[in-house]
Amino acid sequence: MDFSSINPVLLAASLMVAATPILLAAIGEMVVEKAGVLNLGVEGMMIVGAISGFAVAVETGSPWLGFLGAMVGATALAMVFAVLTQFLLSNQVATGLALTLFGLGLSALMGQGYVGIKPPSVPKVPAGPLADIPTIGPVIFGHDAIVYLSLLAVLGVWAFLKYTRAGLILRAVGESHDAAHGLGYKVVAVRVAAIAFGGAMAGLGGAYLSLVRVPQWTEGMTAGAGWIALAIVVFGAWRPGRVMLGAYLFGGVTVLQLTLQAGGVAIPAEALSMSPYLVTILVLVIMSADRGRAAFGAPAALGRAFHASA
Amino acid sequence: MIRLEKRPEPSRRVAAITPVLAVLATMVAGGAMFALLGKDPFASIRTIFWDPIFGEFAFYYRGQLLVKAGPLILIAIGLSMGFRAGIWNIGAEGQYIMGAIAGAAVGLAFFPADLWIIFPLMVIAGALGGFLWAMIPALLRTKFNTNEILVSLLLVYVAEQILATMALGALRNPDGGGFPGSRNLAQYPAAANTEIIAGTGAHWGVAAAVLAVVFAHILITRHILGFHVRLSGESPKAARFAGVNPNRIIFFCLGISGALAGLAGLFEVAGPAGQISIDFNVGYGFTAIIVAFLGRLNPIGILLAGLLMALTYIGGEAAQATLGLPAAAIQAFQGMLLFFLLAMDVFTNYRIRFGRSAAAEQRAA
Repeated sequence: MDFSSINPVLLAASLMVAATPILLAAIGEMVVEKAGVLNLGVEGMMIVGAISGFAVAVETGSPWLGFLGAMVGATALAMVFAVLTQFLLSNQVATGLALTLFGLGLSALMGQGYVGIKPPSVPKVPAGPLADIPTIGPVIFGHDAIVYLSLLAVLGVWAFLKYTRAGLILRAVGESHDAAHGLGYKVVAVRVAAIAFGGAMAGLGGAYLSLVRVPQWTEGMTAGAGWIALAIVVFGAWRPGRVMLGAYLFGGVTVLQLTLQAGGVAIPAEALSMSPYLVTILVLVIMSADRGRAAFGAPAALGRAFHASA
Repeated sequence: MIRLEKRPEPSRRVAAITPVLAVLATMVAGGAMFALLGKDPFASIRTIFWDPIFGEFAFYYRGQLLVKAGPLILIAIGLSMGFRAGIWNIGAEGQYIMGAIAGAAVGLAFFPADLWIIFPLMVIAGALGGFLWAMIPALLRTKFNTNEILVSLLLVYVAEQILATMALGALRNPDGGGFPGSRNLAQYPAAANTEIIAGTGAHWGVAAAVLAVVFAHILITRHILGFHVRLSGESPKAARFAGVNPNRIIFFCLGISGALAGLAGLFEVAGPAGQISIDFNVGYGFTAIIVAFLGRLNPIGILLAGLLMALTYIGGEAAQATLGLPAAAIQAFQGMLLFFLLAMDVFTNYRIRFGRSAAAEQRAA
């Protein structure tokens, strides 16, 4: 094929759109894990968010209400996880898997009447003359509001964890729930709040897939995005900036392989389609091979159940 | 005030009852869900759980029961080993696909020869395909400490792409007029996974599942390796002191679950499914996770749980045909079952107590 037909500016612009759903879900999950909870149900929450958002947007005609509905729907599912793991002390890995399995079924059920419908479109943020700046203009400006919201979320989470008292408490709960409990912090309340935030962000990411990225509803449309978000949290070593880097790296691979497929390059389409998953695995391996760094970032109490009497 | 008090050790009695309670709770909640969908909840539950075994068309459905239960049990037995040891292979779906591809490829390579050795070779290739696919997360985990949950799961998507490549390319039926999909192995006698007893649905995969249950039971209760697997999960520290090599346990658990999932895939592709096609896999690898938990990771329990889960599949299809219940409702129903099961697990490890704790009473006195 003719590689000169690939426009790097367009590629970079669509990279941001491709990375946004993963970035939203990953930054939410990062906060959950910082609080010491491993929620493997990101995929389930994303797909429930995708259909909740889609349904609300179609019924009301407003994509913004759709995004709100997605956050509500996915948070409701996340609360099931919260009740099970925080109050009934169930195994977090198994409960997260249950969330994904249930979410996939529930979303297919909810989405029955919505196959083949076009959702209301999400307007782009007008950037005025800024959009006309060569190269930078089309890449950075002229996206929809959710793209910028995801960047704000990264900044917000970074500042929250680093500079606020609440962020410090959340990290303390994630590092040692017994010590945090001893200091009088409400471990369970902090974790439930973190799980709710993670659910809302995953829902938002899911709705971004069904309302902007695709935009359509099909069963199982998240296609592993939630799992990739989980991997990106590990890749990002639980740091917001690096999580963003990971999401954009993934977005880049996705966009590149789609462009190559469309361009009819002599690599089989299936080999290109599997490349984002392979790259994610590769990146995971590189990160985890460096044991010191990976261990430094992971919250010490990650995945452990907390029971006050224990 | 209601609070939880940790039991000195998990209650075996409660652990045995909770799956039954979870199934009952799921029937109630599922009935409510079906009612929300505008279906008669009682008719739905009866169609799913009663009619396939005792109803008018039971003669047809009973055979289907074993066909569906076979792969579920086979995969769940393998997964339960890992889950016991705290090694989470959740990519059985991918190992199932790779086993089917490897086994089918061997069978198709011999076409149209008629040798007795072909089917046994396919069985070996199927197990090997799943085994090797599971060795990827095992190697990455032991060499680089990479999380096996994420790797095994991500490899499912890779396996699905390989399946598509095979169905459209290397394994496509040359006489198929360009349609995707391989030759039908079920119609190739030397490679077909036939019913051992006609009309029961009991093909070789079901026999393998029963064998797996027996071997797993012996391994877990009688063999030192089974003890090490349990020890690694229940007390990693004690396992280390006892000289258990954690890497060996990882290789064993992922290897056995991969091989069994691969076998399940081979038996499916050579029997009920018949051919390698793009939509060959239907989620047995994921449902088997629920089966493993519902069976309390116990081989006999998994046998029963596999049959029950197969029933929800068949009953779900029946309810789809007679009541117009959406297929997705059954998937949600199965997920719900796992929720209830995990929720009720709390009673295995904790007691519900009303009022203040004994320690608090003492302090107050």
